[in-house]
Amino acid sequence: MAEVLVYVDHVDGAVRKPTLELLTLARRVGEPVAVALGNGAGDTAAALAEHGAVKVLTHEAAEYGDYLVVPKVDALQAAVAAVSPAAVLVPSSAEGKEIAARLALRLGSGIITDAVDLEAGDEGPVATQSVFAAAFTTKSRVSKGTPVITVKPNSAAVEAAPAAGAVEALSVTFSAAATGTKVTSRTPRESTGRPELTEAAIVVSGGRGVNGAENFAIIEALADSLGAAVGASRAAVDAGWYPHTNQVGQTGKSVSPQLYIASGISGAIQHRAGMQTSKTIVAINKDAEAPIFELVDYGVVGDLFDVVPQLTEEVKTRKG
Amino acid sequence: MSLRIVVTVKYVPDATGDRHFADDLTVDRDDVDGLLSELDEYAVEQALQISENSDDDVEVTVLTVGPEDAKDALRKALSMGADKAIHVEDDDLHGTDAIGTSLVLAKAVEKAGYDLVVSGMASTDGTMGVVPALLAERLGVPQVTLLSEVSVEDGVVKGRRDGDSATEQLEASLPAVVSVTDQSGEARYPSFKGIMAAKKKPVESWDLSDLDIDEDEVGLENAYTVVESAAERPARTAGTIVKDEGEGGKQLAEFLAGQKFI
Repeated sequence: MAEVLVYVDHVDGAVRKPTLELLTLARRVGEPVAVALGNGAGDTAAALAEHGAVKVLTHEAAEYGDYLVVPKVDALQAAVAAVSPAAVLVPSSAEGKEIAARLALRLGSGIITDAVDLEAGDEGPVATQSVFAAAFTTKSRVSKGTPVITVKPNSAAVEAAPAAGAVEALSVTFSAAATGTKVTSRTPRESTGRPELTEAAIVVSGGRGVNGAENFAIIEALADSLGAAVGASRAAVDAGWYPHTNQVGQTGKSVSPQLYIASGISGAIQHRAGMQTSKTIVAINKDAEAPIFELVDYGVVGDLFDVVPQLTEEVKTRKG
Repeated sequence: MSLRIVVTVKYVPDATGDRHFADDLTVDRDDVDGLLSELDEYAVEQALQISENSDDDVEVTVLTVGPEDAKDALRKALSMGADKAIHVEDDDLHGTDAIGTSLVLAKAVEKAGYDLVVSGMASTDGTMGVVPALLAERLGVPQVTLLSEVSVEDGVVKGRRDGDSATEQLEASLPAVVSVTDQSGEARYPSFKGIMAAKKKPVESWDLSDLDIDEDEVGLENAYTVVESAAERPARTAGTIVKDEGEGGKQLAEFLAGQKFI
């Protein structure tokens, strides 16, 4: 069976959930071979093996942290040369897409970004994408070279599928371009203790109706009662009420959780683009005419300052 | 010292319009009004700010690849304050994918001459967000992308990149390719004076032969990817809507419990 390269997104050896989802999809098209780079690369092997990686290629070097994107492209290119895979899968983060694009160009290959599903096909893997603010679903494949495909978080379930996960050192020679863009400082984001927005099973978002930074406390309280991530509409972010890293929408994060709760969000196209593929959608809004209600499985027309705290209390009571 | 900035912009179908696919599964650009991609307005704005904050002699050129109507996007950028424009237009470009587009942009940028390329973070139609990285790879210059703050001084570009897990400060020597996010600063509105002045600014038109690109390197037939099908997403089935009469939160909890979320 052909091998499929999976680029591992990890923080100091802790594998992030979208990578484990990629392994599920990779097993549909071949035998997953993981590529882990940088500090802690070797520590990823156990988690990767448990989810189906037959091999884990690792390389640690300071360049991965000190310079932007290109060193990782060099390493993936070396891995492609070593393995001759049937496809290369990369998590669809901002950086992941940049790495994938440059790799595809070097390989003379096509690239598909932001796939939400992947199946084996007669002429190579077929990727499903959600386009035009999720109004359309397309199926595409790469027609030249080794397919390079980036996949969005929450596109597949994480499955246990124990495999050998044999660790092998990858040999990498950095290109002249590798040191072109220096990372002069890096400030890790402070942890909120909540799940990562794009990976969360439940997202609770607030919009214009929240009407002030201080009022986001009631959105956070509901999120915490459900173990959810907190999102915000562009209106709330532009008003300075919540950080841009939590923005859901076309120019923010695109999320696809099991449950999305929109509070005080009208549902403009810019926002819908980022949440329309959520499995179950719930909205609370004062305005019965708000377009968000066209999307919902359950909607409450009412004042979020009454409904949200009551919901939070009820969730806490039911969870005991 | 002089600084030549090329801003790449895209003419896109209005996202608030009813966007759909043409019969050949390319984006239908006829039935929906087009405009300068909102995310590229930020690129034009940052290029103009770099120009205004510089002691050097700065020239800002806007570049687009697209059909005849794409001139509207150039005109908008010129009315914001860019100095001149280049329009790459050729019938053979129809259906060109990101890989092919980056080839055309790279050749055009090289022909125009540049010290700095400024792009938006993604287009609002394709939304791939890969063209700046592809352009840097093709040009063989540093990629300084997804910046929410950018400055240029003494031949060095610096910027802040707000990533998922960390905020990074980046630095590279010119020439370089930069992309800026929608957090980089509100784009200016064209003034009446700017709109009038734009009418007199030069717009050059180039085709593939001007860029030494063969027709078999671009276009739908030569794309690196094939769209096999496109289907409208079925409308979501109408949900239950209740009016809060004092029990709205509890009713919602009941629904969530029924769906096993609680």
